[in-house]
Amino acid sequence: MIRIGDAPRVRRLLIGVALALTVLFLLLPLVAIFAQALMSGIDVYWQNLSNAYTLSAIGLTLLVAVITVPVNLVFGVFLAWLVTRFEFPGRRLLQTLIDIPFAVSPVVAGLVYLLLYGRNGWLGGWLDAHDIQIMFAWPGIVLVTLFVTCPFVARELIPLMQAQGSREEEAAVTLGASGWTIFRRVTLPNIRHALLYGVILTNARAVGEFGAVSVVAGAIRGETNTLPLQVEQLYQDYNTVGAFTSASLLALLALLTLAAKAALEWRAARRETAT
Amino acid sequence: MSIRISQIDKTYGKTRALEPIDLDIHDGELIGLLGPSGSGKTTLLRIVAGLEQADGGSIHFGERDVTHVHVRDRRIGFVFQHYALFRHMSVFDNVAFGLTAMPRSQRPSTGEIRTRVMQLLEMVRLQDFAERFPAQLSGGQQQRVSLARALALKPDVLLLDEPFGALDAKVRQELRRWLRHLHEELNFTSLFVTHDQEEALELSDRVVVMSNGRVEQIATPDTLYRQPANRFVFEFLGDVNRLEGDIENQVLTCGNARVAVPGVENGRRELLLRPHEVRLDEQPSARAHLPVSVTAVVPVGAEVRIELEADWLGEPWLATISHADFERLAITRGKRLFAQPSRLHRFDTPRPQTLAPLSVS
Repeated sequence: MIRIGDAPRVRRLLIGVALALTVLFLLLPLVAIFAQALMSGIDVYWQNLSNAYTLSAIGLTLLVAVITVPVNLVFGVFLAWLVTRFEFPGRRLLQTLIDIPFAVSPVVAGLVYLLLYGRNGWLGGWLDAHDIQIMFAWPGIVLVTLFVTCPFVARELIPLMQAQGSREEEAAVTLGASGWTIFRRVTLPNIRHALLYGVILTNARAVGEFGAVSVVAGAIRGETNTLPLQVEQLYQDYNTVGAFTSASLLALLALLTLAAKAALEWRAARRETAT
Repeated sequence: MSIRISQIDKTYGKTRALEPIDLDIHDGELIGLLGPSGSGKTTLLRIVAGLEQADGGSIHFGERDVTHVHVRDRRIGFVFQHYALFRHMSVFDNVAFGLTAMPRSQRPSTGEIRTRVMQLLEMVRLQDFAERFPAQLSGGQQQRVSLARALALKPDVLLLDEPFGALDAKVRQELRRWLRHLHEELNFTSLFVTHDQEEALELSDRVVVMSNGRVEQIATPDTLYRQPANRFVFEFLGDVNRLEGDIENQVLTCGNARVAVPGVENGRRELLLRPHEVRLDEQPSARAHLPVSVTAVVPVGAEVRIELEADWLGEPWLATISHADFERLAITRGKRLFAQPSRLHRFDTPRPQTLAPLSVS
């Protein structure tokens, strides 16, 4: 059999190009982040890290992720279930609507929320009267992050659940299983890999979102700065080492998520070959 | 457990999937729902299962009205065309699912479940495969697991949706025989859907022939074949040859072909006959002068299948003749012969009529 690129020389060239690009575009920037952060030594790194503003940014970023991920997990599963298991008028429209956060620039999303919940916004007056602050505070940041990350889980699940169909669930119901039992023992195990992947993407985006958050956060140091905003602000202040210290944290979070995903995949693969 | 279906109907949007249908199934009967795709047979099966809601009518299992009973409380076993096994569970867990999904108060102990599942696996001859996963089994084995799973809760009624449709011919034959055997041994009431006439005739105590959401005939396989209620049933249950022509003085003429049709009124008519009702001869007879030429010969099985063509024929005829006749006539492709219908069927009268036997000179 002859395949394109099967000649040894072509193969070596292709592999070489792929490796070079990976190093140049993926690995090198990652190394650069840590190199910059540790440029002035580990002591300065710790100092930058234990800075009160940075600590507050870390806390806020984690808070946003801790709220956003579970909410969008539940929402995404629910939406995917609805769209793939039921026929109702407006189903296709709903499927299109899910993609809005992907289609819209995050900055626009932030502006829309500002328009809605800001002091002069449609709901702003009412919120102000009841002394509820959403914009330029953590609830606003959580709201826009929810908006920006809401399609990830559903988008991962819908094609899979469509392909799997509802036959197994029907089989389970003919065997007398309750709705919750079916979900827990039949649906969930079948979608768990896609679900996990959706969660990882949601988390990565929730932690790293800049555009939408920067519009609604108002850049109040130590109060409404998430890590990405903190990076930007420090950089504007010519504090390169500080900026890269925060950036290295973000990079570390990303690496941890990837490692978690790889570990889970490895475990699943091992369990399958073992049986 | 008997099943009584009365006036069940179903419409999807503007499509009438089922005209109001009545069907009585006796306790312990094995009933085949036979029809082309889109005839409503699967819809009817799913309504009986409770997977689909009828627009009107009622369903009784024995004396129990189950029309509005949820699937999970109907006590049915359902076997899907593509098995629908739980892909992430072992064979054992698949079969045990119905038992382990019971509310804690009714659930048998782990030991009891184990015994029951192993019994079922033994029954479907898969006791050595308990730890395997569905993807590691052949189609026939998967369907047997699916049967064991459906029988685990001792259902009153077993429903099967094209159970052998996705299997190859040999496995299908084996599973059919085995299902028949199982049915006699366990004596549940079953209803199965198929589009394969041979399967329906071989397995069923009675066959329900459906088309366009209507029941065309309910009868034993033998009656169905010998006394089809209408033209649809006749055509659906086997190969059919058509003969169309003008009748005058009880003789049908079509081009240079003629055949005596005693008792048929004048006018243009269409008569039908099965391949085994065509005899072949080297000479025309006083009753029939139907010149044909042989276009294909298939000498497989107990009979020889011959394809025939003629100017007076719209579409080719098929004749099945004995090997003895085949040798006597020394049939080869291109040979010219004369066809002799031994029977002719007509369906343009209120009741189907058979002109038989047409004495052959």
